[in-house]
Amino acid sequence: MDVSYVNPFIDATLCVLKTMASTEAEVGKPYIKKDTTAMGDVTSLIGLSGQINGSVSVSFTTESILCVVSRMFGEEMTELNDEVKDAVGEIANMISGQARQKIETMGHSLKAAIPSVIVGTKHSIAHASSYPVVAIPFSTVDGNFTIEVCFLE
Amino acid sequence: MNLELKILVVDDFSTMRRIVKNALKQIGFSNFIEADSGLAALEQIKNNKVDLIISDWNMPGMDGLAFLKEIRGNEATKGIPFVMVTAEAQKINVLEAVRAGVSNYIIKPFSGDDVKRKLEETLKGA
Repeated sequence: MDVSYVNPFIDATLCVLKTMASTEAEVGKPYIKKDTTAMGDVTSLIGLSGQINGSVSVSFTTESILCVVSRMFGEEMTELNDEVKDAVGEIANMISGQARQKIETMGHSLKAAIPSVIVGTKHSIAHASSYPVVAIPFSTVDGNFTIEVCFLE
Repeated sequence: MNLELKILVVDDFSTMRRIVKNALKQIGFSNFIEADSGLAALEQIKNNKVDLIISDWNMPGMDGLAFLKEIRGNEATKGIPFVMVTAEAQKINVLEAVRAGVSNYIIKPFSGDDVKRKLEETLKGA
């Protein structure tokens, strides 16, 4: 996988969290993820297709997503309910949209599928292919989350 | 801006409807109706006099673009200001929406100030 496709997703993630939830996130060191176990309790996964095919996911710990969504809604959220799950899907949708806009400037047009949301401790993430998955951990004062990017060229 | 306008907020995600309504409330609007799809929005418009539509693009069934074309193709609704809220900021999508008659668009992610600025542009004189 061309790692130049990863940076647009990192930039988009930082922008979405800052704009929608006033949350500053710090980027950790990307690594190749060798198993399918999610690095969080709730994940949204989006398939991407076009001149290149792949998928992107974002996984939050319960602690971090409750804080992020509380900031997005302007009121305290205390449980991982349907509204919070919806919000994870929307966050993934916005990350995908903004990253695709940047990837378009690199000469590749991509379409995104409707995001799916998976909940549960140690749930599995089914990316678009068995190709290597690059995981990027993020930390915030409210907890951690991880995005995963997988592209098949 | 006339803060009494009745605004139809359309999004399949209740989360995003809530975020848009929060932004509108901060501006001073309070008269909202909602729909979770383009088809449900058309039903709402049959039963309500709507002054402004704020719609998501990427929805299952009738998406925002198809909904916009329906609105612009109907004599009774073609003049309603239509703001598309979208993560689809790619050039081809923006051009397609402009050709279909969108009044303005808000790119996700957005802040409350972004919404206010776009509505001021859209509702000049309203």
